[in-house]
Parts: sequence; structure tokens; C-alpha cells
Amino acid sequence: MELLIQQLVSGVATGGIYACMALSIVMIYQAIHHLNFAQGEMAMFSTFIAWQLLQWGLPYWIVIPLTVAISFSGGIAIERIVIGPLGEAAVLSHAVVFIGLYAVINSLASFIWDFTTRPFPSPFGAGSQFGNLISNQQIGMIAVTLLVLALLYAFFRYTRVGLAMRAAAENPTSARLAGIRVGLMAALGWGMAAAVGSIAGVLIAPIVFLEPNMMLSILLYGFAGAVLGGLSNPAGAVAGGFAVGVIENLAGTYVPVIGSELKLPIALLLIVIVLVFRPTGLFGRTIVQRV
Amino acid sequence: MSARAADTEPQLSVRDVAVRFGGILALDGVRFDLHRGQILGLIGPNGAGKTTLFNCLSRLYTPASGDIVYEGGSILSSPSHRMPVIGIGRTFQNVSLFRRLSVRDNIRVGAHSTSASDLFSESLALPWVRRQETRIDLVVAELIDYLDLADVADVPVNGLPFGTQKRVELARALAIKPGLLLLDEPAGGLNHEEVVELGRLIRQIRDERGVTVLLVEHHMGLVMSVSDKIVVLNFGRKIAEGAPPEVQSNPDVVAAYLGGSTR
Repeated sequence: MELLIQQLVSGVATGGIYACMALSIVMIYQAIHHLNFAQGEMAMFSTFIAWQLLQWGLPYWIVIPLTVAISFSGGIAIERIVIGPLGEAAVLSHAVVFIGLYAVINSLASFIWDFTTRPFPSPFGAGSQFGNLISNQQIGMIAVTLLVLALLYAFFRYTRVGLAMRAAAENPTSARLAGIRVGLMAALGWGMAAAVGSIAGVLIAPIVFLEPNMMLSILLYGFAGAVLGGLSNPAGAVAGGFAVGVIENLAGTYVPVIGSELKLPIALLLIVIVLVFRPTGLFGRTIVQRV
Repeated sequence: MSARAADTEPQLSVRDVAVRFGGILALDGVRFDLHRGQILGLIGPNGAGKTTLFNCLSRLYTPASGDIVYEGGSILSSPSHRMPVIGIGRTFQNVSLFRRLSVRDNIRVGAHSTSASDLFSESLALPWVRRQETRIDLVVAELIDYLDLADVADVPVNGLPFGTQKRVELARALAIKPGLLLLDEPAGGLNHEEVVELGRLIRQIRDERGVTVLLVEHHMGLVMSVSDKIVVLNFGRKIAEGAPPEVQSNPDVVAAYLGGSTR
């Protein structure tokens, strides 16, 4: 029983990270209707920046906001310089650019910080609560994830810019004629996705350790979460991320053949199953066309 | 009609506008004026260039030559997202709404365009931003009432009947407080009663809100009853212009619609 609860808790904790990744994927997907393969590498790069700032002796409470701010500007810069000019180019052009971004960011990180696997200090300390049931790191991960999700919800629901971003994603032509600068909104979406990704990176780094390929599996889990919940529904993607975290942990613990080595294929299997049986995801909305 | 219609300076002036798609001349030197408070009906057979002209007026297309002057200034140097500020609102032939947003949010998007708040003061929720939000809420509430949308205000537009969606789009266009309203086939897909009601509504909008209206429409009953002036296009050229009775008896117009030799 205690093992089950422990696995559930750690599933929810890592699920929160997947939820953040799923959310960044969906935010960009909503804005430009393409999947950003480089999302994980952007988060990895942000995490390295955070590590570098910590190395220089800055305290955590300055490092986090600074990293988020740098990532936000970086996301906007990538949209303005690389993605925006692509415009309405074909799916394949976008795919190639995303793979290019992936390679460039990955190599850049290896070039600057090399491939050494580094420990990343937890911002929440090493202890645990409730008799080793849940570590401080896990509590922190869950709390920060929920805070980020609540802030994003409030932003999209209640602010003018949030509404403008939703309108621009939904119908760019009409949005433009209603006075919305659609390009700017897309850039803002990239900035916010990069910022959310950087938080996910910093939260997961104490667990997976810091190295240029750290986000590859996280991105796959995030992608599985997004597909499971539905690419058209940010809230669904978040729920999907949490679900993937729990499923992955339970399967790894209770299905003997899977173990910790075969956890990753579960994410891939989930993607395949969802796409075959329910392509819109669990919470995806199908737009009904009147005929 | 109204006293202001007698202003000498036209509010909108389309000057020799030409648009080319590859080898096809979609618009070929079209020119006409529209005075403040007028309702102008733009008619012509399919493919005559009506929607192309509309897309030039809302800056989705840029003419190859010619100029479009609104309130004394050329609009061709402004991008399409500036149109609400300039004062030109439009609706689309097949309705182009934000389908997943509620009726209220759709109209709100239109109303936001005329507010001057920026990202910075927005995120700090400065007091005058909140004042502006209240102002926007009032504008939106007034339009929901004006276009009889209260029952569906918080429903996503996705599942609403087509006629209702058209009213939502009209509300969104009015939310920018336009001086000129472009209506692209507003009667398309409406039944007889709805068309009669629409004609009444267009005149009411002009009279009560002082909005000049440019209307593309195939429903002849509606165009002829509501318009002060008609412009007829055929194959990208203007073939007639005048009051409804004049245009109806013009032999070129009859030929364009029914075929047959011109003169």
C-alpha cells in the first residue's frame, strides 16, 4: 500500500513536469498548428543558463525569475527570426526547421557546457515529509506546476492579451481585421511556451541530472501527454501530462517486464494507441461542420 | 438621405483600383465615391470582382495600381490590423468568427481594438486599464442587447444557427465603432423573414449609429430596397452606377445578368 501511494505521488510530481512540457507544446501548436520538436532542447538550454547563473554565485530566488525572463525573450527571438518568416510554408518545411533548431540548440549546449553529466541542486532542499512518503523536491514540483497552470489559466481567461492570443490562434484573418497583431501574438506565445519550458527544465533537472540530452525523454512524455489529452485543448494536455506521469510510474513498478528501462516505450505506445483509437485525444474537441 | 450625405467631400473614394491574379485582371480600374451616411450596394454576376474589391478595402489584398482614400487619407500604407483604428469594419460572406469563443468574447475582441492599453500597463492591471475594461463591458453589453443576442451571450458560437452567427459577426464589426461598415453578402443563407429583418437592421444601423455602409449582395430585393446608390461590376469593370431604378433599367446591367448582346 505504501509503495502504491509513493509511486502515485512521484507519478503526479513528474506528471507535473510532463504537463508543463505538454502545455508548451500545445501553446505553440495552437498558435502555428505545427509541433515544435525543439521544445525540449529550448528547455534544456534554459536549464543550463540557470545552472550557469547558480555557478556564478547568484541565489536561487534571483536565478529563477532571470532564467524565465531570458527564456521568454529567447522564445520571442526564435519566433521573430526563424519561425515568423516561414509564414504559411508547408508542414515539411516547418518539420525541417524544427529539427534544425533541435540540432543547433543541442550542439550549442554541448559546445558551451560539454557532455559531462552534472548534478543540479534542488531549489527545495533534500529533505522529505510525512515519513519519507514525499520528498521536498516532489512537493515543490507539484506546487510550482499548479501555480504556473493557475497563472496561465487566469491570463488566458481574464486578460485582454490572453483573449487576443486565443482569437489570433483561432482565426488569424478575422483577428487581424479586429485590430490584433497576429504575428506579435504568435511571438508572445513562443515566449510564454519557452518560459513554461524553462520552469519544467529547472524542476526536473535535480532528478534527471543536467546534460544536453536530458530533455529528450521528457519531451516524448510531454508529447504523449499532449496527444493523450488532445492537442486542441490546453487543459486536456495538462491532464494528459499528469496521467502519463502516473501511468509511467505504476507500469514501471507493477508490470515486471517493464521496469525502469522500458518506461519510455510506454509513452510511445500511448501515443500510438491514442492516435489509432481517438485521434482528437481524450478531451480534444472535434469541430462539427454544418452541412 | 441624412443631411450629412450632402457633404461635398466623399468619405470613401475608390480611385482606378486594379488587381491582377497571375494573368487575370480581377479588378480593372474601378472608381466610385461613397458619401458619409450613404448605403452603397455593390452588385454584379459571380466573379465580377466584388469580394476582391472588399478584400482591398480591408487591406487583405494590395491593388496593383490605383488608390483607396478614406477620410482624406490613403489606406494603402496601413496594414490590415490598423483598419479598426482607421474606422473600417467588415463581415465575411461565410462568417469568419472565433468559433470556440463565446458570443460575448467574440464581440469583446472587436471592442478591445479601439482601447489604447498596452501590454505593460495591462499586466500591472493599472487602474485606468480596469476603467477601460468596464467601458468595454458596457460597449459589449449594449451590442448584445442591440442585436438581440442576450439568450446566447455566453454560448460558444460554434453551434449557433447561421443567422445568429451573422448577427454576432455584425456585432463584432460594430464593436470597433466603425465609420464605414463593409458587409459581404449579409443575406446569404438567410430565410425570407430574416432578410426583411436584415434590411430594416442595416438602415437602423446607418440612421442610429451614423455608419456608412458598403454592401455586396446577390439578393436583389434587399439591395434595391436598402441602397441609396448602386455600383455594378462585371468582369472587374464598373458598368453602371446610380440610384436603384436607374441601374435596374440600364441595358448593360440587364445584359450582364441575363446575357445577350450589349446594345
